[in-house]
Formats: sequence, structure tokens, C-alpha cells
Amino acid sequence: MWKRDEAVRPASGQPTAAPQPAAPVAGAGNPGGFRTDSTNQMEKDIVNIGKSVVIKGELNGSEDLTIEGHVEGTIQLRDHVLTIGPNGKIKAQVFAKSVIVLGEVTGNVTATDKVDIRDNGSVDGDIVSPRVAIAEGAHFRGSVDMQRKATPEKASQGKAAPTPAPAPAPQAAAAASQPQRVGA
Amino acid sequence: MGLLDRISTRRDVDHHPAAVSLAVSDPVFSTKALKKFLTTLTSRSSPILLDLGPVVGSNVAFFGEQLGCKIFVEDLFADLDRHVRDGKLDALPAFLQKRFKQLAGTVDGILCWDLIDYLDKNAAQALAVELTRLLRPDGALLGFFGTAQPRDTRYTKFIIVDDVNLRHRPYQAARGRQAILLNRDIIRLFSGLRVSDSFLLQNNLREILFRKPVA
Repeated sequence: MWKRDEAVRPASGQPTAAPQPAAPVAGAGNPGGFRTDSTNQMEKDIVNIGKSVVIKGELNGSEDLTIEGHVEGTIQLRDHVLTIGPNGKIKAQVFAKSVIVLGEVTGNVTATDKVDIRDNGSVDGDIVSPRVAIAEGAHFRGSVDMQRKATPEKASQGKAAPTPAPAPAPQAAAAASQPQRVGA
Repeated sequence: MGLLDRISTRRDVDHHPAAVSLAVSDPVFSTKALKKFLTTLTSRSSPILLDLGPVVGSNVAFFGEQLGCKIFVEDLFADLDRHVRDGKLDALPAFLQKRFKQLAGTVDGILCWDLIDYLDKNAAQALAVELTRLLRPDGALLGFFGTAQPRDTRYTKFIIVDDVNLRHRPYQAARGRQAILLNRDIIRLFSGLRVSDSFLLQNNLREILFRKPVA
């Protein structure tokens, strides 16, 4: 059902992971000869759900995920990036660290870092995220709540409710305002 | 730090070629009422904003990140277009009466833009009643009203440049502006609100800032 990145590459123009360097040879640049956490991080795969795949139910994961197929239900990638590809159609509640939308999403989207609706991307639902970028040509209908309290429901259980931050620092605003994405 | 200072960093990122080309073609007009409208929002914590225009990414970032608003984007221009295309303009007043899911008296600010100019009398009246109902006491509504009747069928996206400037970006519409309203007609339309400020700009646009009286 899930295909590794060798099997299905994201369409051109779609965000992809940074080029991954070849695995270091023991002893070369790594005097200890052991694999570091950062090395493991660089070697992680991106999982891609292909166009023909239909999933109904709860989708949980602990790695970045690109969806080109159809998903209905709930998607939880708490610490990772969810990309809805140009062919992706989602009818689900979405919880992730970052969500990039190039396809269609119907349902509420909660991200702890950022929601990015690209050109031709579509979201019908409410967004909760500290940073939101909406490109010219994107479709959005719903509400946007950018208070810094966006956490997945389960993750927030047992924690004291944080005091909503006032207006964030200008640097954060600038970082969120990618020029080609926020220009109306 | 003033509003102008807070958004200055954001303007710096508009150096992307696409953004520059759009900026060159879209005229920027001054606004007098926006600053007062923003003052209303900044005086509240976590204000709720209702935007009746199409989604504008930079406006969302401005209101959300810098002013801490919760923004409801309700593109009524798209609804109007759909009714025109379907030949169901008669149903628009009833549609508007059921259009909003927000509770009465919960919205701090409403960006009505120039929507009223494009509506028939009955639809405008239905919308005005609904917006008045949604607005919190002492909440503000910002509306623009034309003084001439252009025959082009275009809407305008109002893009906030800063608290005293708006970029006007026209886009294709299914119908043009309808009858130009006199001031007294506008005041009568929003009879549940009071006019806080009114400006006639050099581009012949009237900006009117309404406030809902505190009971």
C-alpha cells in the first residue's frame, strides 16, 4: 500500500526532501566510525501514498508523508511534514507538524509549525497553526487561528493550557511570508 | 512599535519577481478608515475577524500573525458569482440570512469591503441585518462604497500594504456594481449600527466605519 520514494517520486514542482548525501563511510569524516543521529535523520525515507490508493480510517505516522491518493478519516503526523500532492484528495481531520497543500483538503487542519496552501491548493475547513501561508490562486474557505496553541488533541492532554502569545515577533511574520505565497 | 513598523519587515519580502510584477500593475490607494478599524481590533485580545472578500494570503498573515486575530474567510463575492451564474439571484437574500455559522454578538470586526455595491437592495438589506447581528457591541464594520457607476464587471481584492495603504487588485466578476447608494441609504441599510467615521477618498471611494452601539 505504501510505496517508498524509489517507487513513486513526487511530481515535478512538488516539494521534495533535500538531496540526501551518500551514507558516510566509516572512518571518513567520522573518526569514531559510528553512525550519528544526524546521519540517521538524513537517511530517513519519505513515504508516498500513490494516486490509486484509497484509505478510510485513521492514519498515524512518525515520518514525513506525501499523499497523492484519497484519504478519509484522520491523519496524525505529530512531528512530521504532511504533503498533499496535486492529485491528493483528503476528507479528514489533519494533525501534523507542517502541512503543505497542493491538492484538495476538506476538513480541519491543525499544525504545530506551519500550514502552506500552494497555488491551486484547496482547503475547506478551519486551520489552527502559528504560521499560515496562502498562495495567489489557492482556494480557502474556513477560519484561520494563528494563536500559538496548535497542538494535536492527544498531545495536549495532561498539559496546562498555554497562555496564547500576543502578536508574534516580526521575524516570525517575515519568515512565514514567503513572497510568492502570501501575495494575496 | 506602531502598526506600520510591525509590517515593514513583511513588505521587504515582496521582492520576488512575480510579486514585483503584480505590485507594478496593481494601484495602491490610501485609506483613512483602515487604521481606525485596526485600532478597534488591537484593543481586544484574540479578536475575531470576519472577512467577506476572497482569501488574500498576506492579509491573513497580517491579521493572524501580527494582530492575533482569528479570521473567518467568507468569500461572499464567490457566492454572489455562483448565484449570478445559476440565475438564482432571487434566492440570494434567503441564502445570506443562513450563510453565517458564527453566533450573534461574537465578531469583533467585519471587513465588508465594497460588497454592498454589487448587491441588489433586498440582498444588501438581508446582509446588513446579518452583519449587524453578528457584530459584538462596540465592534467595527468597514465598508467601501463607490460614488460613480463603472460599467466594468470586476471585483476588487483589497490587499493591505500597511495601515494607511491598500493595493487594489481587480479580478473578473459575473456582474458589475449595482445602483450607487447615497449616504442616507447606507445609514438606513445599517440602521443597527452608527457611523463612526466617514471619508471620501481621492479615488471617489467612500470609506465608512460603523460601530455597533453598546446597549
